[in-house]
Parts: sequence; C-alpha cells; structure tokens
Amino acid sequence: MKEFVLVATAVILSLAAAGAIVRIAIGPSLLDRVLASDVLLAILGAALAVDMAMNRHLNNLMLLVALAVIGFIGSVTVARFVAERREQNNES
Amino acid sequence: MSPDATGVDAVIDVVTAVFLVVGALMSLGAAVGLLRFPDLMSRMHAATKPQVLGLFLMLAAIGLQMRTWWVWPVLVVAWIFQLLTAPVSAHMVGRSAYRTKHGHREMLTKDELEAVVQRAAAGQEPANDR
Repeated sequence: MKEFVLVATAVILSLAAAGAIVRIAIGPSLLDRVLASDVLLAILGAALAVDMAMNRHLNNLMLLVALAVIGFIGSVTVARFVAERREQNNES
Repeated sequence: MSPDATGVDAVIDVVTAVFLVVGALMSLGAAVGLLRFPDLMSRMHAATKPQVLGLFLMLAAIGLQMRTWWVWPVLVVAWIFQLLTAPVSAHMVGRSAYRTKHGHREMLTKDELEAVVQRAAAGQEPANDR
C-alpha cells in the first residue's frame, strides 16, 4: 500500500502543480499569478509532508512551519504594489 | 508506513493513506479551480483549499505516522499560523483586486464595498483602511 499511496500522491500533486504553473503562465493579471504561486507553494508543502509521513522523518517540519508563518508576505507585498502603481497612474 | 502491519498499526496506516490521498486531491481541486473559474475572486475561493484543509490532512498524516507526542504541538503551531496568515493575504489580494477593477462586477449578487469606495474617492472621509 505504501507504493500505491506514493504513486497516487505523486501523480495528483504533479497534475496540480502543472495546473498552477499553467495559470501562472497564462494568468491575465498579476494578481492571478500571485494567487497561483501561492497554490504552488501549498503543493510544495504537501509534497514535503507526504515525504515526511511516508518515510517517517521530520527533516522538513521546520520548513513547513516557516512557510506557514512567513509565506503570506509575498502576496501581501505584491497586492500592495499593484494598488499603489494603479493609483499613481490614475493621478497622473 | 510499514509493509506488513497488523492490528492498530494497519488501521493507522489506512487512515494515513486516506489522509494523504485526500490532501493531495485538495491540491488538484485547487488547480482545477484555478484553471476553470472565470475571475480572480472565485479563483481565490478555490486556492484556499490546499492551504487550510489540505495542510491539515497532511500534518495529521505526519502526526499519525510518527507516533511521538511531541510532534503534535509543532504540527498544531504550523496549522494555526497557516490559519492566521491565509486570511491576511486573501484580504490584501481581494482588496487590491477590487480596487484595480479586476473580476466581473455584474456577477456579484451584493456589493457592499461600492458605497465605501465612492465615499473615499469623493474625499468625504479619509481612506484610513489602507
């Protein structure tokens, strides 16, 4: 059953990452790309968690905690930057 | 996950396998939602699934497989911080999406932010929510 779970999660997570990358590539706006990159980060964390659970080690647990703590800073920064730039264009 | 588990170990392995596969399906659902939903607001709805429920299932699978009590506080801390920070980024992204005229306004059933934005633009009150 270990092989089945590994193969199933690998296939599903690969398809999900491919979908997120496609949305990053074709996303009509910058905010779509930021959102898709957040999803890609979550998929990466899920892959790390699958590796830790199946092989029974905790090497990447601190990386998961750090991702949960500071992973939102990127999208917040980009969201503020988009708002600022659009506002300056309206004023000029 | 041990190959020839019996008794409680086999049950825990089955539960772990279900958690891992369902958590991976959350990521797949988010990707499908990202690709098929029409505008940014509805894509934000789909994108939260692997961040909250998917992460919960994965962390629970880790906790079930390790079987040491001290892992659980670390896993709970990771999930709580994800719960605390996901709304912050969703708020900022959704707010700037609204202000920069992304998305389809006509698909909204109720637009409570419209009046506030109009008032702030007219200068009747300072835009202090930034």
